[in-house]
Amino acid sequence: MTTEIPMDKTSGTTEVPAAQATPIIPLPQAAARALTVAGSALALAGTFLAWTWTEEFPGNLTVTGYPGGLQVLTLFGSLLTLLFALTGYGIRGLGWLTPGGKNSPVLLAALGVFGTTGYAIGAIAQELGGLVNLEPGAWVSGIGALLAVIGALGLPVDQPYDAADPTPHLWGRIRHSLTAPDPGRAKDLPSWAEILIIAAGFGTGLYVFSYGIGTEYSEQFIGFLIVAAFGFTAVNRAGLLKRLSALTAKHRNVTLGAAFAAAICFPFTQSNDQFALIGANILIFATVALGLNVVVGLAGLLDLGYVAFLGVGAYAAALVSGSPASTLGVHFPFWAAVLTGAAASLIFGVVIGAPTLRLRGDYLAIVTLGFGEIFRITMNNLNGNSGPDVTNGSNGIPQIPDLEVFGFNLGVPHDVLGHELTRSANYYLLMLVFTAIVVTVFRRSAESRIGRAWVAIREDETAATAMGINGFRLKLLAFALGASLAGLAGTVQAHVSYSVTPEQYQFAGSVPPNSAFLLAAVILGGMGTISGPLIGAALLYLIPAKLQFMAEYQLLLFGIALMLLMRFRPEGLVADRRKQLEFHETGQLDLPEDKPLPDGATGVAKAGA
Amino acid sequence: MTTTTTAPTTTVLAASGVTMRFGGLTAVRDVDLTVNSGEIVGLIGPNGAGKTTFFNCLTGLYVPTEGRVAYKGTVLPPKPHLVTQAGIARTFQNIRLFANMTVLENVLVGRHTRTKEGLWSALLRLPGFKKAEEESRARAMELLEFTGLAAKADHLARNLPYGEQRKLEIARALASEPGLLLLDEPTAGMNPQETRAAEELIFAIRDKGIAVLVIEHDIRFIMNLCDRVAVLVQGEKIVEGPAEVVQADERVIAAYLGTPFEGAPGDAEAAEVEAAEADAQSTEEGDDK
Repeated sequence: MTTEIPMDKTSGTTEVPAAQATPIIPLPQAAARALTVAGSALALAGTFLAWTWTEEFPGNLTVTGYPGGLQVLTLFGSLLTLLFALTGYGIRGLGWLTPGGKNSPVLLAALGVFGTTGYAIGAIAQELGGLVNLEPGAWVSGIGALLAVIGALGLPVDQPYDAADPTPHLWGRIRHSLTAPDPGRAKDLPSWAEILIIAAGFGTGLYVFSYGIGTEYSEQFIGFLIVAAFGFTAVNRAGLLKRLSALTAKHRNVTLGAAFAAAICFPFTQSNDQFALIGANILIFATVALGLNVVVGLAGLLDLGYVAFLGVGAYAAALVSGSPASTLGVHFPFWAAVLTGAAASLIFGVVIGAPTLRLRGDYLAIVTLGFGEIFRITMNNLNGNSGPDVTNGSNGIPQIPDLEVFGFNLGVPHDVLGHELTRSANYYLLMLVFTAIVVTVFRRSAESRIGRAWVAIREDETAATAMGINGFRLKLLAFALGASLAGLAGTVQAHVSYSVTPEQYQFAGSVPPNSAFLLAAVILGGMGTISGPLIGAALLYLIPAKLQFMAEYQLLLFGIALMLLMRFRPEGLVADRRKQLEFHETGQLDLPEDKPLPDGATGVAKAGA
Repeated sequence: MTTTTTAPTTTVLAASGVTMRFGGLTAVRDVDLTVNSGEIVGLIGPNGAGKTTFFNCLTGLYVPTEGRVAYKGTVLPPKPHLVTQAGIARTFQNIRLFANMTVLENVLVGRHTRTKEGLWSALLRLPGFKKAEEESRARAMELLEFTGLAAKADHLARNLPYGEQRKLEIARALASEPGLLLLDEPTAGMNPQETRAAEELIFAIRDKGIAVLVIEHDIRFIMNLCDRVAVLVQGEKIVEGPAEVVQADERVIAAYLGTPFEGAPGDAEAAEVEAAEADAQSTEEGDDK
């Protein structure tokens, strides 16, 4: 609202050259910058004061001098704002923070602080019954955050307006003020320094991620989401992500190693078994999503019943696990159980794929949806009444014993490097190995003759066959590979969750690894990428797990989120280069250079307009 | 450009008695066509003459109802990918590139039949894998040089201008190392300069020893390019021969422009026709009564 009044002033003075972008709030630049710095410093200082008088609000915001809960989030956010704002003064040693945009990161970070502080104030007022419950600290931070936003809105915009639309409306101007130019080429650093930077990047990522998993109540998680989303965008606009991804592209193996190392470190940052279990479940979900990405992202086969393959792997592993409820009554060693699960899924994949893959597009989607449900119902019916007793019907197979890998019992805590690894942490680490295998499989198959053939089939099957590609065979290969990867994950899942029941493998349900959520993880994260489904799965698992209070509306919110995403970022959170170019035609790097139009042509265009 | 057509001409493609019926409709009726090595053969005909249907019989998309199509003496298998593997490559009338793959990747996909590395080789990075990939890349770059697209190897296919997309389709087809290249309207939508460039490209392909069969509407293009031209009209081949002979043939002119009256129809004849029509109408009305 504060932005609208000054807007009228600027539109009154239309003498400004069209392409020159003006700030949303017309302030002298020095004043605007000083205001931002002062505002964020104030917000920072406020976090050290008490925000409320009672400990009834979770996180204990009553202590002066020791920020807790949501205060910490405001603290981090305002620190980031302060840093970005100070780089504007050209202070030596801070310039590396903003190789891309200079002022839009400040605005985004300030908005993040304002969002989370405002949310905190609102939540305190609502839960404790009124604004009277606020202590001065909350007001200090809130006003500081507001001042920072106003100041940031007064900073000059990073890039001139689009030539096609030189005088956008207010909404266009606000959107524009959040954009930034790409950073130029970075100076070449010695490679040890570059590797160090990558390590630092992943360290930060790990810290943010484990903070998110470790959030203890939904207010803290919402605050975390606000700060993380704005902070991430701010860092991106500052050009730091582009710099980092340029480095990771240069040292790909180092990057993979760093990501893996960061993931290994995760259980050591958690002392609570519950959070390690969330980690293990996220990995299971993410691994299956990555397997689905072979089928959907590479070969373009829309599979709506993919969770059935996870189920086949889990049931196969459960049957040979030596569980007293297993009707087979055998106990395979771990490696044999894994192979059994993967092989069972592979066979199931081929059996389903062989008839269905002759269909294309929507028909395939519907048939796979049907097969996914058939799997669940069959497992229900193999109970001794409706059919032979194999799976105990809806009771499932409970009491699956813990795995023992090379004499290492995963069921009991172990002391490693002075840190106690709980049962869930053990399974997390085991699952990480499987994730690494699936990542390798995905990466290697994508960058090969087979992977290219899959993408070609996705792009245009008729042309692909005319190039000598046996469409049916390759689609079946993708289907079978995807199925066995899901089967691998299923074997671990059976042990992590102690039991398998048919209801775990639905099309859509409230617990994430189901077909709809798997597909959503792939699409939300970014089809055809490795990190996309991993991030998508993490978000889709964490958000429902952390925000229990909205469990009833989960599917509704999920649907709304998907629609918004498809509208504003159809390529997913992590875009592979192809998709980015496909959905956003402008500003692409390898668009053939536009030749300047001859004068005559512009004359015609003007006359036409 | 060194010509490699020193070997005695052999028959590359022999279609004999090809008939294609869809239910009661006969789209192609008893067509014979041969293409010899080192030859550029044109296939022309008015819209709906069955050219594309005939093309699809050659590429394995359709199995002819009667007759047989042989490539270098062996009957073609009835699957498009097997036909490509046998050595017949094609382009499409409406460009069908893999739009979201890069130019280089498009050509690499064309190499699919000539490489053997399977999934295991890719997953385990078996010894031959790297070498095969490098060879494929080198060969693909060679073809891009040949078609003049090397500088755009990393562009997305969708971002190429129209003429270059056509070229890329040809490069992709050549990547499968064909003995016969089928071009379905390669100059549709091109301006005269682009058409000239396409002509030169096709000559260069011929000089590599690859036989070419072209469907085209642009008569001038066909006349410049082809050693032999066959004309399809209503599913039947009515003439085949050198370009000049075909161009002068009355039946061809009739098929494209319609049959003229005896002599040129002047004003007198036109008046006569009108009178006759009026007469016919009045007699019809009379019959009704």
